[in-house]
Amino acid sequence: MTEDTAQREGPSAFAPAATLELRSVTKRYPGQRVPAISDLSFHVPAGEVCVLVGPSGSGKTTAMRLINRMIPLTSGDILLGGRSVLDRRPDELRREIGYVIQQIGLFPHLTIADNIGTVPRLLGWERRRIARRVDELLELVGLGDGEIRDRYPAQLSGGQRQRVGVARALAADPPLMLMDEPFGAIDPINRVRLQDEFLRLQAQVRRTVVFVTHDIDEAIKMGDRIAILREGGVLAQYASPEEILTSPADDFVAQFVGVDRALKRLALTRLSDLELVAANGVPANGRRVPLRTNVHDALSLILAAGGAPLTVVDGDGQVAGLVTLDLVAGLLGPGGQIAVRPAADVVAEEGV
Amino acid sequence: MSTPLAVGPVIPNFGGGGSQGLTCVQQNRLFCPSWVSSNWSNVLWPALRQHIVLTVIAVGIGFAISLALAVLATRARWLERPVVAVAGILFTIPSLALFELLTPIKGLGLSVTTAEVALVSYTLLILFRNISTGLREVPADVREAAEGVGMTSGQILWRVELPLALPAIVAGLRTATVTVIALATVAAVVCNEGLGAPIFAAIQEDVFKTELIAAGLLAIGLAILADVLLVGLQRVLTPWARARSV
Repeated sequence: MTEDTAQREGPSAFAPAATLELRSVTKRYPGQRVPAISDLSFHVPAGEVCVLVGPSGSGKTTAMRLINRMIPLTSGDILLGGRSVLDRRPDELRREIGYVIQQIGLFPHLTIADNIGTVPRLLGWERRRIARRVDELLELVGLGDGEIRDRYPAQLSGGQRQRVGVARALAADPPLMLMDEPFGAIDPINRVRLQDEFLRLQAQVRRTVVFVTHDIDEAIKMGDRIAILREGGVLAQYASPEEILTSPADDFVAQFVGVDRALKRLALTRLSDLELVAANGVPANGRRVPLRTNVHDALSLILAAGGAPLTVVDGDGQVAGLVTLDLVAGLLGPGGQIAVRPAADVVAEEGV
Repeated sequence: MSTPLAVGPVIPNFGGGGSQGLTCVQQNRLFCPSWVSSNWSNVLWPALRQHIVLTVIAVGIGFAISLALAVLATRARWLERPVVAVAGILFTIPSLALFELLTPIKGLGLSVTTAEVALVSYTLLILFRNISTGLREVPADVREAAEGVGMTSGQILWRVELPLALPAIVAGLRTATVTVIALATVAAVVCNEGLGAPIFAAIQEDVFKTELIAAGLLAIGLAILADVLLVGLQRVLTPWARARSV
């Protein structure tokens, strides 16, 4: 019941989520020989998370800022919900696009409630509707204890500020969210927590999201699709995380993804997705793990126990089966359930 | 050029008979409270009121000009140097000299306008510097966020940049106000208004010092009061600046 006030009332209500399409987008800065973005094209279906990832100098932030016209395009076109962003007034366009940056950029002179209510105020919502929306959003990002509303940003922790930043971006229920390394300045523990929270939130609100990071692990975790960019803003590969890990398009992608991409793929698979070994008679090492554990973590536990199998239990604590070293190895080997193509492996080794 | 100034010269007392029957004024003491109370409504209060008006107009006009220039300078960076240079030159001209320089100009002469032109010119350097520093120090991420949520440049200025520059702006207003209150006493040479009028009268006419001291004390008191009011104003307008820790 919480997240639909923005859509229900008023002429300024937005569509749920929009498709995003980049068509031959090029950005060339005056006086620079190499373009920052070269002929970039990709399509993001409504409600999906597209991660732009690449080394520094690959233009991922530039690509993102072209979308809400913070940077002017040199050539090409960008369509949001089928409509060119070039046909829109930049300020009006931006009010329909949630924007989260690494430094967060909360307004220090406004209370948390006023920060979150920024876009609705710009859109001319009525006061009471804004207040209601602010409460919903605080609830949604896990800050709903009512105490935080009237505080100022300086009084919040880094993690709280980042949540407020996300709430501010979501305030008018924008069809598209742009997130530039949103968790980049957060310590590792809180970072994982914020990533998990965002995924939970995204499952609930289903925005179209463009997410920029330089961290391939974060890209694999957060993305429905990943666009890997290389120097000069050239698209090296655009595919699902599984596909990028299974069959990197070239040396560059293989190297960027890392030689441990087999292990990374294991992190994408949960024990509940596997055909477990039947428990009868096989000695287990006594360690019990739930079905939702990912195979990467399970492998780590097996290795830590000297190769002994783990006992897998379901939600009711019933034994569901065993996971063994052989089972995991079989998954990755030729013909395995989540096999990595041998040819791509060779490429990866050469790339190191 | 209007109000009658201090009471005339001290009337010598020929009545003889020692000093016990003489008033404070007749004895020419350093400071006579009785003179202050008897001349409050016809000399000191009008002078104080004129002084306040001179100051408010000068700081008000100076603030409007400086604000406009500082906002322009955030959009056109090259403006900053020439503005600071001109305002700096104006600021260094000795006040008496500036008043004398302005008097021969057609349309100014010996008038309140001349006084205001000079006073305004002294506020420009202080106010422009403070306002542009305040605007420049708005954090880049805050400005980017403001743009990113879809504020127009006018909205960014009024809703984000100016509120965040407020502490620096008020600091400039405090310095400018106190400076103008002090300089406005000198302005009496061209317009014979404000607290400078009784001070000049006292200097020119005789050795009687009460009106000089009274007017001087009023100027100091006015400066302190204005400063306290501006500090209070800043505290009311920037509640966020004090909210540092929980």
